[in-house]
Amino acid sequence: MTPASNRSPVTVPLAKVPTGIQGFDEITEGGLPKGRVSLVAGAAGSGKTVFAMSFLVNGAEKYGDPGLFVSFEETSRDLETNFASQGFDLKKLEEQGLLALDHIRVERSEMEETGEYDLEGLFVRLGAEIDAIGARRVVLDTIEVLFSAFKDEIMIRAEIKRLFQWLADRGVTAIVTGESGERHITRHGLEEYVADFVVVFNHLVNDETATRRLRIVKYRGSAHGTNEFSFLIDQRGISVLPISSLGLQHPAPTERVSTGIARLDEMLGAEGPYRGSSILISGTAGTGKTSIATSFVEAACRRGEKALYFAFEESPEQIMRNMRSIGIDLEQWVKEGLLRIHAERPQNTGLEMHLVRMNRELEECSPSVCVIDPITNLTSIGTYSSIRATLTRLIDTMKTRHITALFTSLTDASGSAESTDVGVSSLMDTWILVRNLEAGGERRRGLYVLKSRGMAHSHQIREFVLSPNGVDLLDWPGGDWSATGPQRSGTAVKATKP
Amino acid sequence: MSTVDGNEATGTWKLKLYIAGQTPRSMAALANLKKIVDDHLGGQYQIEVIDLLENPQLAKGDQILAVPTLVKDLPLPVRKIIGDLSNTERVLVGLDLRPA
Repeated sequence: MTPASNRSPVTVPLAKVPTGIQGFDEITEGGLPKGRVSLVAGAAGSGKTVFAMSFLVNGAEKYGDPGLFVSFEETSRDLETNFASQGFDLKKLEEQGLLALDHIRVERSEMEETGEYDLEGLFVRLGAEIDAIGARRVVLDTIEVLFSAFKDEIMIRAEIKRLFQWLADRGVTAIVTGESGERHITRHGLEEYVADFVVVFNHLVNDETATRRLRIVKYRGSAHGTNEFSFLIDQRGISVLPISSLGLQHPAPTERVSTGIARLDEMLGAEGPYRGSSILISGTAGTGKTSIATSFVEAACRRGEKALYFAFEESPEQIMRNMRSIGIDLEQWVKEGLLRIHAERPQNTGLEMHLVRMNRELEECSPSVCVIDPITNLTSIGTYSSIRATLTRLIDTMKTRHITALFTSLTDASGSAESTDVGVSSLMDTWILVRNLEAGGERRRGLYVLKSRGMAHSHQIREFVLSPNGVDLLDWPGGDWSATGPQRSGTAVKATKP
Repeated sequence: MSTVDGNEATGTWKLKLYIAGQTPRSMAALANLKKIVDDHLGGQYQIEVIDLLENPQLAKGDQILAVPTLVKDLPLPVRKIIGDLSNTERVLVGLDLRPA
C-alpha cells in the first residue's frame, strides 16, 4: 500500500433506516441513523407517540422489521385502542410476531430507597423483549418518567446514558421520546446530548388553526437542513411536507398537452401548454373559469390520464351537476378511477396543513394533470408571503412530477385583474384572463392570453362561449373590450410555433 | 432461584430479592437483608432470591427496573425497597416496621 492511499479520505455514508413516514425520509435523506438512538422531543400532544409508532408499524409492514414499543405511560391495551382509531392494527402485527408492546409502570410512592442500585433490571427486561421477537426497531416512550421515579439523579443520568449506548450496542435502531423543556430541548437536558439524532415537534395554534411543525436539530454524521417542516397527523397517519428539497432543478418537457378546448390550444402556440407547466386562469365571478378547468380535466381523462381536482368552493356533486349542463360528464371519469375530486373549505385548516394534504393527495393519486379551483380561497387564510411560499412549493412539487397544473383565480370586478394576481402570476408559465364585457348591447365573455412562457402565443381576444356542447372560443365580434384594452376585430391570426 | 428459610418455613413474612448476577452489590444486599430479618423478624420469614440474568421474564411481573430490589409480598401492603439495603432504618421503614 502506498502512503498516498493510506491518507486518502474514506467517507462511509451513514447507514439509515427508513421510517416509511411520507416526506420524513426525504428531508432526512433516508430516515433515522441505523443502529443508533434518535430523540423525538415535543410538548404533550405534539405527535411524538404517533410518530414513534408509525416508525414501528411501517418498519413491520413495509420493511419486515420486528419492532418493540415500550411505553412508560400508556398500557398496551390503551395503545391498541388509541391506534385502532387511527387505522393502525397493532393486534394483528403482534399476532404476526412483528410487534411487541410493553407497559413499564413506575411508581415512586411504592418505593423506598436505601443504598446503591442501578437499572440493570430495565436492561434485562428490554434485552429479553428484544430477543423474544428479534426486534430491529425499538421505541421507548417516554423515558423521562424514570427521572421522577428515582431519587438518585446522578444514578439516573448515568443509567440513561448507559441505556443509549446499550441500545446502540444491541444494534437496534431506536426512538426515545421526551417532553420539551424550557431551557433545554428536553426537560432534563440529557437525552439530546446522548442521542445521535434529535427532532423537535411543535404544535402551534394561530387564529384557531393548528399548525404542526418539526425541525431537525441534530443529525450526527449526516448533513441536515435546519428548516422547519410542516406535518400533518390525521386518520391516515403522519405526513411531512418536504420544502427545501425542491428548487429549480425540475425538468422542462417539450411535450404539449391539450386544454380540451381546440381554439385555446391554438392560441397557445397552436399545440396547447407544455406538459408540467402551470396555468393561471383569472377572471371575475361567473366568467367560466371552472368550465375551462373541467374541460382541461376531461381532456386528460379522455387521453386515459389521471386527473386530480382540488375544489375549494363547490362540492364534487355540485361541480359534476353544473358541468353536465355544458355537456361534460365528470362522473364517468370518477367511476373509472381517472378523476379524483378533493373538496374542502380552506378555512377549515391552516394554509400549511392544506399544502401537506394536497401534497399527499398528489403523491397518492399521481395525476398527470391537476386543478386548483380557486387559489383565491387559499389567499383568504394566509398572508401574502405565506400564500406565495405555499404556491411556490406546490408548483415545484408538480413540476418535478411533470404534472400540468391549472389554477383558477377569482379577481375583483372593481380592480384590475393584473394587479390582483400579480404576486401569483410570476409563478405561472401561462396566464389567461377571462372577463365579462359589454359588446353590442350584450354581455359577452372575452378571453385572452396575457403571457405564455416559451411559446409564441396569440394576442387575440376571443369570445368565450358556454353551451350544452361544451366550451368554445369564437372570434371576437368587435366593440369595446375595455377602456384601456386593445380594440381589434376578430381576424384569426394563426399563432406561430416557437 | 434459591430460597432462604427462617426457623419456621411457613413464616408470615414473604420477601423476594431481585438481583442481576452475583455482583458485590447483590451479595451485600443479601447479607444486609439476612441480618435485618434475623434481628427484626424473629425468624418468621421466607426469602426468595431471583436472579434476573437467569430469569429475565420475571422482571415484568413485579415491574422491576432497579436492582437490587426487595419486594415485600406479605404481610400486605406490597412494598418495594431498592438499593443494597445498607441503611437498616430505611429498610425497616420500607417493611412498615418503623413509621416513615
